[in-house]
Amino acid sequence: MDQGVGLPEPSALELSRRAWRRSRARRSTLIGLLSTLVFAVVAYLVVTNAPGWPRVQTTFFSPSVAWESLPLILEGLWLNLQVLVLGGFLVLVVGLLVSLTRTLRGAALAPLRILATAYVDLFRGMPLIIVLYLVGFGFPALGLQGMPTSPFVLGTVAIVLVYGAYVAEVFRAGIESVHPSQRAAARSLGLNHRQTMRIVVLPQALRTVTPALLNDFIALQKDVGLISVLGALDAVRQAQILVGQSFNFTPYVVAGLLFVLLAIPSARVADAVSARARRRQQSGSLL
Amino acid sequence: MSEPVLDVRGVVKVFGDNAVLRGVDLAVGEHQVVALIGGSGSGKSTLLRCASLLETVDDGQVLLDGEDVTDPRIDADQVRRRMGVVFQAYNLFPHLSVLDNVTLAPTVVHGRPKAEVRDEAMALLTRIGLAEKAGEYPDRLSGGQQQRVAIVRALAVRPRVLLLDEITSALDPELVGEVLAVVREVAAQGMTIVMATHEMGFARQVADTVAFLDGGVVLESGPPQQVLGDPVEARTRQFLSRVIDAGRL
Repeated sequence: MDQGVGLPEPSALELSRRAWRRSRARRSTLIGLLSTLVFAVVAYLVVTNAPGWPRVQTTFFSPSVAWESLPLILEGLWLNLQVLVLGGFLVLVVGLLVSLTRTLRGAALAPLRILATAYVDLFRGMPLIIVLYLVGFGFPALGLQGMPTSPFVLGTVAIVLVYGAYVAEVFRAGIESVHPSQRAAARSLGLNHRQTMRIVVLPQALRTVTPALLNDFIALQKDVGLISVLGALDAVRQAQILVGQSFNFTPYVVAGLLFVLLAIPSARVADAVSARARRRQQSGSLL
Repeated sequence: MSEPVLDVRGVVKVFGDNAVLRGVDLAVGEHQVVALIGGSGSGKSTLLRCASLLETVDDGQVLLDGEDVTDPRIDADQVRRRMGVVFQAYNLFPHLSVLDNVTLAPTVVHGRPKAEVRDEAMALLTRIGLAEKAGEYPDRLSGGQQQRVAIVRALAVRPRVLLLDEITSALDPELVGEVLAVVREVAAQGMTIVMATHEMGFARQVADTVAFLDGGVVLESGPPQQVLGDPVEARTRQFLSRVIDAGRL
C-alpha cells in the first residue's frame, strides 16, 4: 500500500496485524457466501417441490407469455416514464413554491399562507385515486373549451396535485430544521428574508431533505402506474389487456417486475445519499 | 516505577495522508497523573482515542496492565470496560436521568446488582455535590454540572485508568474550576489519569508528568516544573510562550 511521502513505514507487528485482519475478512466473506448458497438451495427445493408449483408457474411465470407481452408493456412503460419525469419535476416546483409560501411573514400575505396550508391539508389527505377520477374524468366532463382530454396530461396533473402537497411538507420540515442561529447570522449581515432563504437556509434544507425526497420519488415511480385507470395505454393498462387476451397473469408479473427494476437504482441512490448525510453529520460531532 | 498501567509504544495514527501520530511513547504508572499538552491538532485527542480503542492504531502498541490491547484478536469491549473516558462535550445520554447515566454501565455491562450500584452512584454524586440532581435530566444541568456527572459516570465502572479529553474546553470560564476540583479529588484518591488539557496551571499543580506532543511524537516529557518551567526543547518554549501570551498560564 502506498502511503505517500512522509508517512511512517509499517512495522512487522503492524503488518502481521493487517494480515490477520485480512484473513478474518476473507473468512467472514466465505461464511457469508456459503450460508447464502445453502439458503438459496433449500428455498429453491422447497418452492419447486411444493404441490401446486407447476400450476403457479404456468399461471404467473410462463416464459412464452412473458416474452410475447414484453414489447407492448415496454411501450406502455415509456408513457409511465414520461409522466414520471415531467411529474417529478413539476412536483418539486409545486412543493418548493408551496413550502416557501407557508414560510412567508407579514399580515398582508395571510391569504396566501392560508391557501397554501389548505392545499396541503386537502391533497395530503385525499386518496390519489379519487383525485385521478375527479381530474381525469371530471374536468373533461365540464366540456370547457381548451380543456385537455388526454389521460397523459390529466393524469400528470392529478399526480402533481397530490405529490406536490407531500413534497411541500418535506421541504417545510427541511426549512424548519435549519437552526435559527443560521437565520440570525444571515439577517445580522443585512440579508433580507428572500436572500436569507435562497443563499443560507434553502441550500442547507435541501441537503437535509434529499433522502426523504428520494423516498417520495420511489413512491411516485410506482404511482405513475395509476394513470391506467384513466385509460392511458401505460404498462399497467397494456398488461391488463394482455391478461384479458391470454387468460394468464404473467403480463402483470412482467409489468410489476419492470417497475421494481425501475425502483432499484433509485433505492440505491437514496441509500447512498442518506449514508453520506449520516457520515457528514457524524464527522461534525466527533471531537 | 513498577509496571505501567497504560503503556503506549510507538503508536502511529494516519488519517488519509496525514500522520497525526508518528510513533508516540508514553508510560503511565499506577496512581500517576499525566497531562498531555500541545497545540491544536497535535494529536492529544487522537492519542486518547487510540488508547481507549475508539480508533484503531495504524502501528505500535497500547498495553493495559501489560496486555496488548491493540491486538485485533482481543475483545475491544472487554478492554474498554477497564477504562473510563470523559469527553470534551460531556456526551451524557439526554434521554436518561443523571442517576441512570451513572448506573447504566455498572448494571448493564458489568451486571452488578442494581441496589448496590445505585447506592454507590448516589455516594459518588454526593461527593461531587450533585446528589439532589440525581433525578434530573442532563439538559437541566449547567455545563460544569454535566461534566462532573460525566466524570462520575466514567468512575462508576471502577476503571484502571481515567482518560480525560480536554474536559474543560467547552465550559464557560467560571465553570472550569468546579470540574477541575473534581479531577483534583479523584487524583488525590489515587486514580491513574491521562488528561489532554489546555489548563497549564492545573497541569502544573496536579500532574506528576507533563508530556508535550508535537509533530506526532512526545517531544518532551517530565515533571511539570521542568517541562512547564524550564523546557529543553525550543518547540516547547515556543508553545508555552504562545499560551502565556493568550493569558492561560
